[in-house]
This record gives sequence, C-alpha cells and structure tokens, in this order.
Amino acid sequence: MKLRYFAWLRERVGCAEEEIPLPSGVRDVAGLMDWLRSRGPHFAEALAQDGVVRAAVNLTHARPDHPVTDDDEVALFPPVTGG
Amino acid sequence: MTAVRVQAADFDPGDELAALQGAAGDRYGALASFLGIVRATGGVSQLSLEHYPGMTERELMRLAAEAEARWPPSMVRIVHRFGDLSVGDRIVFAAVAAPHRADAFEACAFLVDRLKTEAPFWKREQTADGPRWVDARPEDDAAADRWRTGQPPGEPDLSSAMPSGPKT
Repeated sequence: MKLRYFAWLRERVGCAEEEIPLPSGVRDVAGLMDWLRSRGPHFAEALAQDGVVRAAVNLTHARPDHPVTDDDEVALFPPVTGG
Repeated sequence: MTAVRVQAADFDPGDELAALQGAAGDRYGALASFLGIVRATGGVSQLSLEHYPGMTERELMRLAAEAEARWPPSMVRIVHRFGDLSVGDRIVFAAVAAPHRADAFEACAFLVDRLKTEAPFWKREQTADGPRWVDARPEDDAAADRWRTGQPPGEPDLSSAMPSGPKT
C-alpha cells in the first residue's frame, strides 16, 4: 500500500510518502494509525491525539472505520486550512 | 459546464466571471462570486499553500456537483491556487450562475464554507518568528456544518470523517 503524509504531519514523521506491505492485522484506517504509532517516537508523537489527524483512502475522505487494503493509497493529514 | 482548476498561477476574476456567464447562457440571470485574498495579519508577509494533487481536484468537483444538484439549475466555476503567495494575492475564486440571485448567493456561500473544511489544502505562514502551520478554526467547521442540515437523506454525511476534536 502507499502511504502519504501532508503538512505538519509530513514534517513530524519526516517522510512525504512510502510504500509498505499491508501490516498484518490491519483492516481499517484506525488500525493503520495504531500500527503507525507503534513504529517509533516520531509517529507516536505525530499521531498522539485521537481525532486530530484525518485520513483519505484513494483520494476520498475516510472515517476511522473505513477499510484499507494492500492496493490502497492512504493519506494522513491535519485538518485542512485552504480557501 | 462545471469548471474546476487548481493552479500555481494567478488568475483574472473578470475573465473567470465572463467565462462562467458565457458557459451558463441566457437562462441564467444571476452570477454570485467569492474572491479570497491573502490578508495582512500579525507579522505575516507570505504564505505557502500545500495541497494533495489528485484529491484536491476531486474534492472541488464533488462540491461543485453537490451545489449544482442542490440548487438546480446552476453552474459552478472554482479556481484555487497553491504554492507561494504574498499579502494581497488572490487565493481562491468560486462563482455560481443560477436563474435568480437567491440560489446563486446560497450556492456560492455553500461552496466556500465547504471547501474550507474539505478541500485538502494546508496554509503555512512565514512570520517574523519563522514558518508556522495555520490552525483550522472551529468557526470554519461551524460554517460548513450549517449546510449539512437539510441535506437530502441518503447522501454521505462526512461530519464523522472530520471530527471536531482538539486542534493542534
């Protein structure tokens, strides 16, 4: 799967995008974020607060219970501030 | 025709309005538009706008389609810039053509309120103390939420995808 990070989340995790195999046991966006938190202090700190970081799966806003698969592009980002 | 563009370059609001008027034709008696400009606020001289290429265009098209379905017949035109911008620069243009003014005004307000909380852009300000990511504002969530009431049943409600949790 492809993971993409934007804005301050990209800076805090130190990476704009990466390809990873779907981690075993991960089924949805919330599960993926839990798995990312376990990767190290950068991720744990960046994703510390529940409900702050948002997700999109395949270019569409996605809730925490949205399923994820190995073929998906999942983006994580802070609340948007355009306009 | 619905028109959505995401670009680094500046645009001419007059040209955009003329293009919308030409595309809408003579059944449409009202054009309402919004022009967003980089504001001078406490020590901010410049900002840069990051976005998510691919998703940005899709989100803006989705919002345009939602407006056109909610205020028929209407036609939407949106231009949103990204990249480096200075105080006084244009950021966003959103306009709606409709037969009458009430629908044009409402649909235009809907577009701007919703794109501020749903289109994947992030502002980073250059201040005297260094760069700073702009925080999302609860007022913007409230402004977007007011358009959710009265939404036809069965349409996706994204409010839970964007929880109004603590802002960092």
